[in-house]
Amino acid sequence: MKIVVCVKQVPDTHEVRIDPATGTLIREGVPSIMNPDDKAGLEAALRLKDEVGARVTALSMGPPQAEAVLREAMAMGADEACLVTDRAFGGADTLATSTTLAAAIRTMAPDLVITGRQAIDGDTAQVGPQIAEHLGIPNASYAEHIELDGDALNVRQQFDEATHLTRLSLPCLVTAIGELNQPRYMTPGGVFEAWREKQIRVLTRADLALDEGDIGLKGSPTRVKKSFPKALKPAGVTRRHLTADEAAQAIVEALKAQRVL
Amino acid sequence: MDFTLSREHEMSRELFRQFARREVEPLAREIDEEERFPRETVEKMARLGFLGIPIPRAYGGQGCDALAYILCVEELSRVCATTGVILSAHTSLACDPILAHGTEEQRQRFLVPLARGDKLGAFALTEPNAGTDASGQQTRAIRDGDSYVLNGAKIFITNGKEADIYVVFAMTDRAKGTKGISAFIVEKGTPGFTFGAKEKKMGIRGSSTYELCFADCRVPRANLLGQEGKGFSLAMQTLDGGRIGIAAQALGIAQGALDKTIAYVKERQQFGRPLAKFQNTQFQIADMATRVEAARQLVYRAAMAKATKRRFSVEAAMAKLFASAAAVEVTSMAVQLHGGYGYTREYDVERMMRDAKITEIYEGTSEVQRMVISGALL
Repeated sequence: MKIVVCVKQVPDTHEVRIDPATGTLIREGVPSIMNPDDKAGLEAALRLKDEVGARVTALSMGPPQAEAVLREAMAMGADEACLVTDRAFGGADTLATSTTLAAAIRTMAPDLVITGRQAIDGDTAQVGPQIAEHLGIPNASYAEHIELDGDALNVRQQFDEATHLTRLSLPCLVTAIGELNQPRYMTPGGVFEAWREKQIRVLTRADLALDEGDIGLKGSPTRVKKSFPKALKPAGVTRRHLTADEAAQAIVEALKAQRVL
Repeated sequence: MDFTLSREHEMSRELFRQFARREVEPLAREIDEEERFPRETVEKMARLGFLGIPIPRAYGGQGCDALAYILCVEELSRVCATTGVILSAHTSLACDPILAHGTEEQRQRFLVPLARGDKLGAFALTEPNAGTDASGQQTRAIRDGDSYVLNGAKIFITNGKEADIYVVFAMTDRAKGTKGISAFIVEKGTPGFTFGAKEKKMGIRGSSTYELCFADCRVPRANLLGQEGKGFSLAMQTLDGGRIGIAAQALGIAQGALDKTIAYVKERQQFGRPLAKFQNTQFQIADMATRVEAARQLVYRAAMAKATKRRFSVEAAMAKLFASAAAVEVTSMAVQLHGGYGYTREYDVERMMRDAKITEIYEGTSEVQRMVISGALL
């Protein structure tokens, strides 16, 4: 079985601070990490490898420094890694990104593609399903559980109001959420092997024979009007076992305390 | 001269830091309070290969190097000095001498399970009357056919009752003095090998520190480590490496105390502003950080000397001498900046200050380090 896992290098948004003067993100000195949903996807692939045997390829599109997340993926247990990188890919929106990644995946002919649900620096959740559309394979997003069943994959998808049980025939794509699993640690020997002995395969535009109009800024119909950090929601207060009247009273008091009323 | 870590060392450090924060720190206070050996943590470390970091893959290890191992001891000790010394004693004092001096058969039989983490190691040199003067060994090993018969007692043995494989020193020929000392690999469960009292200690209280007793304990001749009569120099070489481990433990303790203090002085308000806004606090933090960083450079330099197979005896002694003093000073300053709260067991710096002191004592006191350093100069 061949599994391709898409991993993205993202700034650790827990460490990002806002410049109080300008209201913009201070990216300087912010560590880069493997996107958490992607890491859950990688762990799912590694578990399939442990259980039924699989060759796991970590795939990333990004600047040369994105190499670090691919080395991390190999230190966790991925067999090989591939970096899709080219100046011509810069400025890509989700469509151009998924076009490019799909072209790379096509060269690998995997049985299963796993991506994270969404990246914490963009939060679009579009790239995974778009890749599946480009490849013409079925996809299931928001996977909280997956199970191989012959030449099909059973997926439990978590949505706000419902859980979907979906059966996909291979080859297929799933997008992973953090609840899928607890990703394993790297091992020290895995880290050394990943940096000192393993090679990363590099694919550029020339290797993928992509049309200029389909990639990078030119292949990106999205126009960003405004970007802003997500406001942190406070934890909130839960009150239980109240009668309807008591509940109404509690809400009114809370709103008064906040000077909303 | 580039003072940055390689990318593989940087990523290893990130791994050790994550592991320490998630798996080790939550237990640190409890194992100190209960004087409990953190067996569950050792099992987790074993599964991830932490018990064989610098050991070649051919012997069940991870095939990394001395610096990667040192980074692990530092990051563990930053949150829990007990966990740091468990790993340090196992790796530096048990795995290392078997790798350096063991026969191929001994490496396969003893080093492989140690490096894989299936077994835990310990080192037994110190005796009631042989501390800094390790040459005064009273434990005897008398050759009898195909075995040696050990009689005597060892004290203050780290990983004491928890280990499976022990490197034990004994006199095989008293007339020859230090040239009559030999090293043996002794397995737990060998008839005649029992445990005495558990030490009640000031710090590193989760570490299992025991007396080992040998009464007509018969050890196969195949377990003689190195040559007969070469045990003293084997012990001294082993301790050179162990000192880098303890220096890294001291460094981690000091860094941990600095971490806690920086967080505290930003929160704690007196006279209407955070302690961090007072110049006294700022200057204390600056001095603490400078000591930590100076210690770090000495420790990493010693580790790299060992990793690149250069002489490292003086480097290790300097690293341990300086880092242990830094740990004692920095943890004391940390408690002072925490005020009354810092003196209570509700705050980690109290434990760190107790843990720091041992780094000036074990695996060669600070006085021994000065002897080693000056001996190379004069």
